[in-house]
Amino acid sequence: MRTIAKAALCLFAALLLASAQGQEATPDVLVKNVTLEVVELIAKDKEIRGNRNKLIELINEKVLPHFNFTGMTALAMGQSWNKADAEQKKRLTEEFKTLLVRTYASALAAFAEQKLEFRPLRAKPTDTDVTVNVRVLQPGAQPVPIDYSMEKTAHGWKVYDVMVGGVSLVANYRTEFNNTVRESGIEGLIKSLSAKNRTLEAAGAAPQK
Amino acid sequence: MRLPASAVLLAFLAACATADGDPRDPFEGFNRGVYKFNEAVDAAIARPVATAYRDLLHEEIRSRVRNFFSNIADLFIGVNNLLQGKLQDGVEDWARFAFNSTFGLLGIHDVASDMGIEKHNEDFGQTLGRWGVGDGPYLVLPILGSSTLRDGVGTAADIYTDPVGDFRPIRLRNSAVALRLVSVRADLLDASRILEEAALDKYVFQRDAYLQRRRSLIYDGRPPREERIREERSFKTPVNVEPAAGVDNLRVVQHAHDR
Repeated sequence: MRTIAKAALCLFAALLLASAQGQEATPDVLVKNVTLEVVELIAKDKEIRGNRNKLIELINEKVLPHFNFTGMTALAMGQSWNKADAEQKKRLTEEFKTLLVRTYASALAAFAEQKLEFRPLRAKPTDTDVTVNVRVLQPGAQPVPIDYSMEKTAHGWKVYDVMVGGVSLVANYRTEFNNTVRESGIEGLIKSLSAKNRTLEAAGAAPQK
Repeated sequence: MRLPASAVLLAFLAACATADGDPRDPFEGFNRGVYKFNEAVDAAIARPVATAYRDLLHEEIRSRVRNFFSNIADLFIGVNNLLQGKLQDGVEDWARFAFNSTFGLLGIHDVASDMGIEKHNEDFGQTLGRWGVGDGPYLVLPILGSSTLRDGVGTAADIYTDPVGDFRPIRLRNSAVALRLVSVRADLLDASRILEEAALDKYVFQRDAYLQRRRSLIYDGRPPREERIREERSFKTPVNVEPAAGVDNLRVVQHAHDR
């Protein structure tokens, strides 16, 4: 009996060591650390919540490095992506990023006070494409699941889609993007994204309620 | 034989159908009309009332109201879970109702959640979906908003079985129904503002989110993986070279079905 316990202990220690040596955090730990850090910063600093630009700055610094934004834009564009040239792809990605960061900022400001539950990752260590589940708990309602689709890249784990309550953000933009491209081409889509961003920016400059 | 009214309506809708639109939304022209009407009603009445409700009443009070109606809804959420063959979930829903109605003082305290019995989200539209009924065409219902043919039928059953509809006297019933609407709308204020910000075409964004959301709910959050995205990934998506990236996350569009 004792040998088994000893063996188990050794195995456990070996596993610990192995995971400590892994050069980067597992995707679920990464999501948890980043989310908690951002939520804590918002909770500590009331000013951030009222000041949209400050919040966006915070997201740019803490959250953005963990997203594969070119990949997200390509997925949202679907088949239209290949109709864009390299320079258009860059502008599309930039505009889409700006739009989503602003949306994300609003969502964070609205839901920062809710309780979060981080669920353990169900994946093999060899997996390179995983889904990390977080749940927003709220009294009197079903918890809202937030699922981050992540893939392993040369630069670490990157998010390429986020599903909120079962709604994939990337898939949700696809129809809109394709409609716009069909009606007014890639340039038309870039133009309407940037018009949208400028409207929001102007509105954001006004004091927030 | 008399032509049923619904057949006439369908024929009318078919006449509105646009040729080159989204196959899931053959009545887009008609739907957009109803959507516009709903938006106008929302801007004129629902949103101002819900905003006042949120700003004037403390969250303590609002959460009691939310819990009260949520508790009543658990009864038929349980029925729907049983109809879908989910025995354990159904028993949990009724256990929630039992605990919350008693220890939770007619449901105003959600003691069951504190005990770890989680709230579910079910309705007759989801039950039909679980039984294999497809979405049918997308519909925007007056006042009620996003729906499909299947969910519209489900909503009719939800309304028919709604315990709040049995409240008497009638004046009490009407007040309760109104209060519940205001409470639901108030909880969606943030989400609808985010929708406003996120969407290029709100109608399309909301429709697609609704259809995705319903699909997820029917499968209780574990729908068979949408293959489209995976397939496209297999022909390789570009990865950022520089550490750029973006974000998102929003609690998009909940709707009248969420309770």
